[in-house]
Amino acid sequence: MSHLRVDLRQRAEELVALYPRPRSAMLPLLHLAQEQDGYVSPEGIAEVAELTGTTTADVRGTAAFYDMFHLEPVGTYVVGVCTNIACLLSGGLELLEHASSTLGCAVGSTSDDGLFTLEETECLADCNFAPCVQVNHRFVRTRSAETFDTLVAELRDGRRQHDIPTHGTLLRVRRAGGLHAPKREVTAQREEAKAAREKRAEETT
Amino acid sequence: MATLVAPRIVTARTGYDDSYTLARFLATGGYEGLRKALTMFPEDVALEVDEASLLGRGGAGFPAGRKWSMLRKSPVSYLVVNGDESEPATFKDHLLLERDPNGIVEGIIISAYALQVNQVFFFVRGEFALGLERVQHAVNDAYEHGALGSKIFGSDFSLDIVVHPGAGAYICGDETALLEALEGKRGFPRIKPPFFPAVSGLYGEPTVVNNVETMANIPWIVLNGGEAFAALGAGRSKGTRLFALAGRVKNPGVYEVEMVKNTFRDLIYDPALGGGLLDGHTIKAFIPGGVSAPWFGPDLLDTPLGQDEVGEKGSMLGSGSVVVFDDTTCVVRAAWRITKFFARESCGQCTPCREGSGWIERVLYRMEHGGGRVEDLALMLDLCDNIAPGGGWPPQQTTICPLGPSIPSSVTGAISMFRSEFIRHVEGGGCPFD
Repeated sequence: MSHLRVDLRQRAEELVALYPRPRSAMLPLLHLAQEQDGYVSPEGIAEVAELTGTTTADVRGTAAFYDMFHLEPVGTYVVGVCTNIACLLSGGLELLEHASSTLGCAVGSTSDDGLFTLEETECLADCNFAPCVQVNHRFVRTRSAETFDTLVAELRDGRRQHDIPTHGTLLRVRRAGGLHAPKREVTAQREEAKAAREKRAEETT
Repeated sequence: MATLVAPRIVTARTGYDDSYTLARFLATGGYEGLRKALTMFPEDVALEVDEASLLGRGGAGFPAGRKWSMLRKSPVSYLVVNGDESEPATFKDHLLLERDPNGIVEGIIISAYALQVNQVFFFVRGEFALGLERVQHAVNDAYEHGALGSKIFGSDFSLDIVVHPGAGAYICGDETALLEALEGKRGFPRIKPPFFPAVSGLYGEPTVVNNVETMANIPWIVLNGGEAFAALGAGRSKGTRLFALAGRVKNPGVYEVEMVKNTFRDLIYDPALGGGLLDGHTIKAFIPGGVSAPWFGPDLLDTPLGQDEVGEKGSMLGSGSVVVFDDTTCVVRAAWRITKFFARESCGQCTPCREGSGWIERVLYRMEHGGGRVEDLALMLDLCDNIAPGGGWPPQQTTICPLGPSIPSSVTGAISMFRSEFIRHVEGGGCPFD
């Protein structure tokens, strides 16, 4: 019995098939599992281990390395406020403090209603809109305390679901197409091209 | 005044609202470079790039043509594209990924053809949710359009691009750490030698790793010739380059300017570019190439924007990110935040980096908050010397990857340029800017 939903399980198997070795699908699969459960759950870890041919210790150890994977439940909206150098110079620390009081939770924790988790992030590469804020990894570009509060109100009312999906980095991205040529056809192409290239090289010298 | 006569090579279409769509891409010369490349022999395409003298745009500035030519004798297995932009205050690749994903994809296909690679992995930073969506759409559209898959545009060349999401780790910008992440492991940089993925890359096979902006230059080079590209810029720095300007300026943003022909002063003050500092403020210092680079004072504003030109002055152009400090900027706080970043992002494999970054960060934090001692300055310099002995530039390496030796850049820079400000923190029992 698969822990992943039927559609996600199918996508997971597609992802594994993209790589020469199944373990390479580790990060995309962890994203999928996290998007279904809201965090990387023990069941999700077990399923990723099965899909990648690794152990749960391997999966957990890998997931723990990466900032985007949450090994315990987080809020519906993960709010990241950057305080790195460009944002620091534009009031990032002050905005983070403000966010903490608006959301009613300390940095690194989740609000009582389970709606928000607040994180202090490293540079999010959107420095012309510093200080930079992301919600579920969508750039929201609320640079002042006032616009931040407006955003939070909209999120509470569920008015931003169109552009800020809950837990979604990959869910809205689906691969279509692929290299359907049989492997030996591609190999033959390569051999032929290589022979032709060598012949050309010989002719020029 | 800035010299702004060069053509826009990688940002030609980013100004359109729908710049990321296939329709706009095709209406603005999309896939013309690829169509031309497919009529050429692969090695001739590589030759054009070699003639262009295109330096890699990721940060290390290694000539892209030379990277490719290392593999000319043996076949390459994989091309990996590095879109894991995370150097603080660098946001140029972010712009390209969201605003011109098709252009990057075209550059990738041409490069794969030149290298005769049939499999590309395109690593995109996980935090760029929208960028990931747009890149995957561009790849999907390319399949639909016949620019990817079997027999591209009727030629004998086939290619697949897999878009691979990262998951939040600065260290994965290091190419060997990126390959580890692609293999589904923790992003630990690999022990050198071998120095180049060309020798042993993904799954131990010969691999080329190129940056997103490098790829975005390729279609133009093929269409206009390597010579036309090399005619722009000067010295070893050819063509145009994206500069991400951030900090205390009027118009922070990403600007494509011709290399060497312009200076930091042009970039920061020209009305068409940075527009100068925020009203009523004066420049105190600036970072010329990402937080891994040593700081420059205002006396070096007239340094040209070129790789060797900046290198000669003891810093680097790095990732093309310029951060401006003004008279309201506390350098202790700035150095503390940068060091905190390194402490957080250190992968933890090597002791000097893992321990040194956290130690210096704690000392700087203490100083900023009133607990500083005069001897802390010597302590921090000694710690820096243990991470990168000698303190020269480029730094001596005591660690597997360059993250460790990047830590001292801002610390030693801040202390040597603004010693008195540190002393004021100690004597005043806290930050004078508070």
